[in-house]
Amino acid sequence: MFRDITIGQYYPANSLIHKLDSRVKIIATFIFIIDLFIANNYIGYGITSIFLGIIIFLSKVPIKYMLKGLKAIFVIILITGALNIFMTPGEHVLWSYKGITITGEGLYTAGLMATRLIFLIIGSSILTLTTSPIQLTDGIESILNPFKKIGIPAHEVAMMMTIALRFIPILLEETDKIMKAQMARGADFESGGIIKRAKSLIPLLVPLFISAFRRAEELAMAMEARCYRGGENRTRMKQLVIENKDYIAMTIIAIFTLIMILIRFI
Amino acid sequence: MKAGEDMEKIITSKGLIYEYYTHNDKGEIESKHRALDELNLEIQKGQFVVILGHNGSGKSTLAKHMNAILHPTGGTLLIKGMDVKDQKNLWDIRQTAGMVFQNPDNQIIAAIVEEDVAFGPENLGIEPKEIRKRVDESINAVQMAEYMTHSPNLLSGGQKQRIAIAGVLAMKPECIILDEPTAMLDPVGRKEVLETIYRLNKKENITIIHITHYMEEAIKADRVVVMDRGKIVMDDTPRKIFSQVEKLKELGLDVPQVTELAFYMQKQGINISTEILTIEEMVDEIWQLNSRK
Repeated sequence: MFRDITIGQYYPANSLIHKLDSRVKIIATFIFIIDLFIANNYIGYGITSIFLGIIIFLSKVPIKYMLKGLKAIFVIILITGALNIFMTPGEHVLWSYKGITITGEGLYTAGLMATRLIFLIIGSSILTLTTSPIQLTDGIESILNPFKKIGIPAHEVAMMMTIALRFIPILLEETDKIMKAQMARGADFESGGIIKRAKSLIPLLVPLFISAFRRAEELAMAMEARCYRGGENRTRMKQLVIENKDYIAMTIIAIFTLIMILIRFI
Repeated sequence: MKAGEDMEKIITSKGLIYEYYTHNDKGEIESKHRALDELNLEIQKGQFVVILGHNGSGKSTLAKHMNAILHPTGGTLLIKGMDVKDQKNLWDIRQTAGMVFQNPDNQIIAAIVEEDVAFGPENLGIEPKEIRKRVDESINAVQMAEYMTHSPNLLSGGQKQRIAIAGVLAMKPECIILDEPTAMLDPVGRKEVLETIYRLNKKENITIIHITHYMEEAIKADRVVVMDRGKIVMDDTPRKIFSQVEKLKELGLDVPQVTELAFYMQKQGINISTEILTIEEMVDEIWQLNSRK
């Protein structure tokens, strides 16, 4: 049952977006999210949708994958939409019943908020779909590196992510195994109320934690045996290199930000 | 190669002692267990040594000393002349004597094969270009080139263990210590790993210290060391060791089936050598029985 879970939804393809430096993509996504909050009208979002459309086309990732991410936040979109529709006061009352009113302004904000959320998810999906988890980790380490002086443990964070990526599938497989072993001996994980079901997870979690700690100990020993001594004086096999296309990408995102600011304030 | 270099000692232990302590609630020592008991051992460069022993004989404890993971309670252990007790030798020792562990899953760090092999040299602070070269060479040496960019999760146990060997190899060690690397593998995986370490020993002249409790794995070794209760009880060529069927049985160890068969045949009064290790040798021996009468 746990085999279907994939961590990081990387979609391997050979596209221009895939080849961009991961640091550039992370920073660009970050700027894009800020831009979404700068834009506050339909002209802004119209331009954003064209911009996103071009990037999705360039990335060669099927639209289907982009929309998958939206399923998870569908409920959130519905709730924020409903709240905005019913709670926004305004002059153009469209419909009113026993104190509940729907206003034109309400519909307008609900629409804007939903679009904003959808773009937000699609924007960050493009990052995770076109960047392998390892590139992502390397990128984060490299971006955080200058902040080491103020105490941000860049190397440690990246190493933790690397190990997590390696061990999540192993632990999931192990959970599956323990579950089957318990089920074979009569454990019931599926019936009963929420409390009963939570309780039935205890015989699953205890062996899982014990084994995870044992693995951690062995892994630490194996890492030390291979001369691991933290991030200092460590080199990397794969060097991140900023190329021309990365500069172009940065310029494009800068121009896009400028357009967003102009649309809002003019 | 200079004369005499062949006989260079890579591992020298003199009176090596290691004690495990059990502490009670107050932190006082409740009991102690001597895992290594004044152990003396010398291993020459380029040798293929198999260390045998049943559970609790101290063989894994010895292995962990050779990689400076554990520090001796008493006595000395030198790796290529470097004392394991000296903290400043730590990283040189670990680079000289690489270690492969039992569980293939718990020693692979990265989520991509080549990244994992690069982990060791990256820690040593080697130039990126040189790392790339070493990674390619090591992966080729364990014949895993086609899996270079795969995720280790999709590999078999034997393949994972070969990747772990490549990871050690990329640090250019002179000696590889394998602590029961085949214990968790199926027969096919075991064969893969054995062939790999055998090839590394012959082709790259890397000293191999292979710790196991499978007797068959010791047949091809240059030298077999049998441990019991923290001491070395037998130390000879596989042929000489396995012919002492009764002594091995006393130590709780098995002998290869054909050797055991030869032993019982001899007991029955058949004129046959007990220094037989493989089925082929057995066939030859039986073949010659008639002419020997």
